[in-house]
Parts: sequence; structure tokens; C-alpha cells
Amino acid sequence: MGKWSRRAFITSGIAAGGVVVFGVAIRRGNRTDKVRSLIAGANDALFDIWLKISPDNSVTVIVPHAEMGQGVHTTLAMMLADELDADWSKVSILEAPSHKEFANYALAKGYAAGNVDFPAWLIDTVDGFFFRATQVMGLQITGGSTSVKTTGQFAMRVTGAAARAVLLEAAAEKWQVPVNQLSTRDSMISHHASNLTATFASFAVAAARIRLPAKPVLKRSDQLRIMGTSPPRTDIPAKVDGSAMFGIDASLPGMKYAAIRAAPVFGGAVASYDAASVQDMPGVRKVINLDDAVAVVADGYWQARQALDRLHVEFDDAGNSRWEQSGIYRQFADDLDKSAAAGSEEIDVEAGDAATGLRDASTVVTAEYRVPYLAHSPMEPMNCTAWVHDDQCELWLGTQNPLGFARDVSNALDIDLEKVTVHNQYLGGGFGRRAFSDIAVQAARVAADVHYPVKLVWSREEDTRHDHYRQASISRFRGGLDASGNAVAWHNHYVNKHDPEEAPHIPYAIDNQRIVYTESSTHVPWGFWRSVDHSLHAFFTESFIDEMAVAAGRDPYEYRRELLADQPRFLAVLDLAASKAGWGQPLAKNSGRGISIHRSFGTIVAEVVDVEVIAGELSVKRVVCAVDAGFAVHPDGMAAQMESGIAYGMTAALYGEISIRHGAVAQSNFHDYPMLRMDKAPLVETHIINSGEALGGAGEPGTPPIAPALTNAIYDATGLRIRELPVRLHDLGQTDHRESDIA
Amino acid sequence: MLISLRHSSGQRHVIRRLPHCEPLEYGYNTMITVHINGSSHSIDVDPKTPLLWVIRDYIGLTGTKFGCGIAQCGACTVHLDGSPVRSCVLPVQVAAGKEITTIEGLGNNHDGLHPVQQAWIEEQVPQCGYCQSGQIMAAAALLKDKPLPTDADIDSAMAGIICRCGTYPRIRKGIKRAAHAINALEVEAGPDG
Repeated sequence: MGKWSRRAFITSGIAAGGVVVFGVAIRRGNRTDKVRSLIAGANDALFDIWLKISPDNSVTVIVPHAEMGQGVHTTLAMMLADELDADWSKVSILEAPSHKEFANYALAKGYAAGNVDFPAWLIDTVDGFFFRATQVMGLQITGGSTSVKTTGQFAMRVTGAAARAVLLEAAAEKWQVPVNQLSTRDSMISHHASNLTATFASFAVAAARIRLPAKPVLKRSDQLRIMGTSPPRTDIPAKVDGSAMFGIDASLPGMKYAAIRAAPVFGGAVASYDAASVQDMPGVRKVINLDDAVAVVADGYWQARQALDRLHVEFDDAGNSRWEQSGIYRQFADDLDKSAAAGSEEIDVEAGDAATGLRDASTVVTAEYRVPYLAHSPMEPMNCTAWVHDDQCELWLGTQNPLGFARDVSNALDIDLEKVTVHNQYLGGGFGRRAFSDIAVQAARVAADVHYPVKLVWSREEDTRHDHYRQASISRFRGGLDASGNAVAWHNHYVNKHDPEEAPHIPYAIDNQRIVYTESSTHVPWGFWRSVDHSLHAFFTESFIDEMAVAAGRDPYEYRRELLADQPRFLAVLDLAASKAGWGQPLAKNSGRGISIHRSFGTIVAEVVDVEVIAGELSVKRVVCAVDAGFAVHPDGMAAQMESGIAYGMTAALYGEISIRHGAVAQSNFHDYPMLRMDKAPLVETHIINSGEALGGAGEPGTPPIAPALTNAIYDATGLRIRELPVRLHDLGQTDHRESDIA
Repeated sequence: MLISLRHSSGQRHVIRRLPHCEPLEYGYNTMITVHINGSSHSIDVDPKTPLLWVIRDYIGLTGTKFGCGIAQCGACTVHLDGSPVRSCVLPVQVAAGKEITTIEGLGNNHDGLHPVQQAWIEEQVPQCGYCQSGQIMAAAALLKDKPLPTDADIDSAMAGIICRCGTYPRIRKGIKRAAHAINALEVEAGPDG
């Protein structure tokens, strides 16, 4: 539990029909004018209502995060219900409307308390909403693996515990017994000595009049009843019978449909088109120029697509069509060379003296790695339904950042923020993509041009070619070994740093480290991609430490163990993954086994991959994963997130490549940007450690270790060291790969 | 546990399943009759329109999803006379007169969920859930064809449906669980049941 600033307090109130609400509130305080106009209400306090108790003793938990498959609704509700001692079978969950009163300020609160990592990307996406000086803002963002460790810890648990405390106080008052003789269970309060039992609801109104404790006592881990169990997720029934409503399923009376084509070259704009050529096609209503894209509105979506396909549009390329993927890599390499020669690199980590360490080393291992751009490709293509009416704009879509989208739409339409309403739906995959508001702004601009609601749906081709991409990168290493093979120096120089800051850091006890980077900008839009910078740096660093182990003639697992000797948490995770995978036991012919470990978003994950390579054909047999996120609130959900993160990272490692041709993305759909499928998906085993350390995230940390564990396994099987992803670029059928760059 | 609620009741515009109450007049003068989940719908639509958009935008059944438009991802899988097809590339005129089953119509035979849907809940398969209608329709068709599928059968029947959340291991378990449930039912009912 973090420290609570004096501006935050816990509150309660009685609503219509005897419903009692509890929550955390924040006083209006020291904010800039701009910010005040956005979040200050008529009252002195901004209420974040997390809990309702109804007269029938049912409990409603209000969750301020979007559900995109991570099970966050269920998990957050469990955290509150456990502290409250609620009857889980009578708990329902309501996703908070996208409204500033429900913004997850707990996320900012966690940051203010200084004990959670606040992802820098959130600051970018909520620019204007987030006022760092007060660290108290209207956020309602889902991403950065933050929901459980911030909203869960700082709002859900606190509110549940505070509500329980005042319910007990009200019962003690009514029954005239000491509070400490009362107990709670399943939404009931009991006094055993006098055999009294009554519902929470029967004390709720009285409890709402009692001052809530400023610092409620949270349960010890041995007192938890719901957290740490795996009740069925509440969103699943609707996801098996077709009734779950995603953004793309929105439907309004009189709604029309829009298809869109944006300038293929990033930075380009519409030069000319002939609207008359499609105006007479069946169902076509309007052709709309959005400057960098053209949209066709029609009665049906297929009609809009047909007309758009026929519409010839000339685009400017802003001079960017000169860019080819090879030229981008060449620029990266040149910029690395130049900055290294000039000594102008930016410094990430400088410890000891890497130059001297390398000079004195018995062996120096060098390697250069590279990774391509990646698209997110959530299964639900980008879409948004917008309706501009009565000087207002309403939006229906799935978003990871509803308030940020509202801000961007209000700017685009030049209307007040209060006039924009976001109706957040289930997200058909997010992975970072649905933190970008481009789709919402497009839909709003189209809707502003007509007098009816419009559903804008991107084609898969548009989705692939107009993403915000995980960056391509080059990373160069020099590693120094002493005469015994011990790692004594680590030098790493890479292009383009985004977030999180610590992504390129290594946990290993190497005295002399220099980790530096050089910016080398391109015209390709950048975006948060599941685990962000960790997705590339884990591949780089966990491959290179493997190369150092090989150069030292050591077992890669044992080599890591020695370098993690003073890091018991890492060691426990590494050992668990290795032992469950049967590390050290002989493998079948043509098989290989690889290991990796990486910490991201406060969670340590180790993965061991078993592969088989026969006649160049790779088969991934098994992945064993060990994870320490402090405590798994919903262990089955944690396992599901590991399975998910592994599949996402493995897809990228095996197949993922977005390349630039004539300034535009060369790939378009799943035939040329392939995905992991059932027939190639390995078994995944997840083993959880509840270390009791600070809570970490779950949605992203499974992704970073999989690429290096996989390529380390391929090396073990074939002797081919893969230094460029994806794996499918390489011929695994060659023999005698065991070349080395050891000097 | 109650089903997750998505919206406060005070919302002005509640999303509805069947948006088009007014007669549909699109000027094609080609009325096409489709039979979906036991009901018939006559629609004035371009006969080349992919079945997917008829199901979603004209009939208003949104459980069937758009993923790629080129029969690569399988999110749009429905049954046509009992066989799985990719509705995003199937012209509606091909489906006319045939029996179409979507995810909304799958479980109605037993007045509840299909064993595959039940197994999906028990194995907690879905994450984002977007591809799951297609996964479930493909799995149900597989089990009708092969009541006790091998892993290789599962691979070949399911490889056409992409899941970006990586639910494949749970889908495999779900299919095996559903197979056991179906076979147990059949044993209980006896050879004539």
C-alpha cells in the first residue's frame, strides 16, 4: 500500500433506492487551469465510485479499465470483493462509463506514491489530461500492464477494506457489541457470542454515514479468500454465444457505413480523385476527403468497399517514397557508426569501465542483431462508429484510452471536450494498437460531414499498412570474457530508444557495462507494441548472453545462474523454469533446448523452449514458463496471459516482418504477414511463484523472453545463431553453422 | 456470478442487435432469400455481396466477425448445410436456399449451449473473444465429422482460424473436453438415442 497524499480520501454516499456507494475521492486541488476545466466537477471532490451495495445485498463493482481479453474486470472485482468479504456469487461488474468521474486516478496515485512504475507512454497518450506536478489526473487507460498493480492495489482493495470497516462499525453500534467481536463472510456480518447474523445491506445506509478510515487495513495474504483463486471470468459466457458486443458490432438507427483508403506512403496526402465515378453506384451516399485519406459512405459496408475499390485516388508521397527497408537499416548502421566514432551516443547505463574491461579481456565476443518493424494485427480491424448531432459527438469503439480519444476528437472537430462521449466496447485485441486515436478522429470527421451515424471499418489491408509499428532496430554487442570465461565487460549500442527506460538493462553481475543508444528517425509511425521496447531488447540481450556462454564453453543455464548469484528472485524463476523443463536431461536427435529470462513491468519471466529441426523444418514442441509477478491475483488468468504473451511473441519471432517498399508497407494481410496457427502452436506450461514482492504486470511480461529462448533452442539444435528476426528468413537446413565471431 | 454489464442504464443510445426496422430497399430488384438459424429473410441485395455482410449488416446478427476479407483468418466461419465455410468470400447467392447456422444458432438444438460452447467456458478459452465464434463453429463442425478427433485432426480443422491472443492450447483442450461430453451423451442415450 502506498502513502496517501492529503488530497486523497475515501468516501461514501447514499444513492436513490437505498443503494450505498463507496469509493475513493480526490479533492480539487492544485491544478493548472487547463486541467481544472477538464476534471473539476461542481462539487469539491472528484468521486471515483468503485462499489455499490444494493438493498438485496448484491454488490456491484465498477471497473475503470477496458476488457481486451486480459480478464481485468474479473480480477479487479476480486480484489475489492476479497477485502470486503463479499459473496462472490452475488458480485456483478460494471465497466465505468468513459467519464472523467470514473477515471482511474489510482494509476496516477500509484505513481505519486512512488512505488509503481508509471509507464512514460501513458504520459504521451494523455498529454493534456495528465498534469505531472500533481500526479492526480483523469486517466482511464488500459495498458502498460498496470491495471492490477495500480487500480487494483490503490483503489479496489482500499475501497473494499474501508467499506467493510464502516459496515462493521455500523453493526457494532446497532448490536451494541465491540467491533472486534464481529466477523464477516460472504456479504454477511456475524456476532457469534449472541448468534446474530445479518446482511451487509442491512447496515449499508448506517455505514454510509460513518466517516471512512483514511488508511484501512488490508488483509494479510493468509486472510485472502478470493484473491489467489481462479473463479470463471465474467466476460466469457458472452464470448462463446456471439452476444459480446465489440466496437465493430455497434449499431444505431439510421446508421450508414464507411470504407477508407489512406495515403499509402506515410506522410502523404490526397492529391485528386473523381467522386463522380462512384456517385451512382448502388447505396453510395458520399465521398469525403480527409486530407490524408478518402472515405466512401454507403448504405451497406460492402457497397462502400466496392465503391472505394473503384475510386481512383492520386496521393502525394511527401517525398517519402524514396524509402526502402534496406535503406532504413543502412541509415541505422551509419548512424551507429557515426555516433560511435564521434562518441556522441546517449547513455543508458555506465558502470565500471567497459572499454578497459574489453581491452583486458581474454576473449571478446561481438555480434550485431536486427529486428524488423511489426504490426499489431488485432483480430478486430480498426473501426469506430461516430454520430455527430446537437453539437455533440458520440463514439462507439473499443479503446485502451477513452479519455485520450475524446480529447483528440474534440480537438479535431473543434468542440468542447464535454461534448464528446466515448462508449467503450469490448476490444477485439488491443496489444497497444487501441491506444492510438487515428480511427476515432477519422470516424468523427466523416460523421461531422453527414447527418446520420456512420460506422467506419478499416479493411485488413488498411489495418496492416496504417498501424503504429514496433520499431525496427539494430543492436551491436561486444562482450568480454576473462581467461576462465567469466563475463567481465558488456558493451551494447543500439538505435532508437522509446519505453520503458530499463528495457535494455541486464540483471547480470557484469562489473563493466556500457549500454548506449543513438536516435535515427524514420518516417514510419511508431507505436506501443505488446511489451514495447522489451520485445526487442530481450531478444538482443538474452541471445548475446547465450553467445557469451557458448564462447566460455559453459551451459547457458548455468552461466546465467552464476551471473544471477546475488539476485535470488531471478534465480528462483530461472531455476523453476529449468527444473520443470528438465534442463540437462538428454534430448532426442535433431532437437534443441533454449532458455531466457527477462524482467518487464515488475514481473520476472523465464522461458525454456524445446524445438526439433528436421531437414530445415522447425517444430516448436514445448514452452515452459516460470513467472514471478509478486502475487497472482487470478492464477489461471496469469497463466492465460503467459500463454497469450508467448504466442504473440512467438508469432513475431517466427514470421513477423513489416518492411518498407517505396515508402509504404509492403505487406497487406495475413497471407503475407502470417500468424501463428493451431498446427504450429506449442504446448505451454506456466508455473507461478508468489514471492510476495510488489505486484507486477501480467499482460506483457510473457512476450519478451520467447524470441531468445526460441532462437537459443534453434542454436542448440542446429548450430545456427539467429541474429535477425524473423526466423523464417533463415535456412535452418544448412549444416555446420558453428562459425563464430570470437576474436 | 452475474454476466458482466457493459453500460449504465442511463445511456441514451442503447446498442441493439437488429438495427434495421424499416424495409430494406437497395434497388437491386433481386430479392434473395436466406435461411439463417431456422428463420428466413428476403433481402434486396447485390447477389455478389459476401454472406458475412448480409449476416452482420442486413440480418443484424453480429456474432460472426470480419477479420481479413480474403478467407485467411476464419473469424467469419459459419455452417452452410452443416459444413464450415468462410462467409467473407462466399457470395450470398451461393448461400440462398441453403441452411446457414451462425454462432447465435449453434446451441439451440438442446435449448442451451452446444457442448463446444460449454467446454469453452469450462476451459476458460476466450481472451479478447473476437475470433472465438469462428473457432467454435469450426470445432463444432470438426466434432460432427470426427467425434473423437486426434491432435492431427484438430490441427488440420483448426489451422484456418487465427487467434492473436494465443488461446490455441485451450482450444485444443476444449475440443477434447467437448468430444468426451458428446460421446458420453451418446453412450447415455444408447445406440438408438
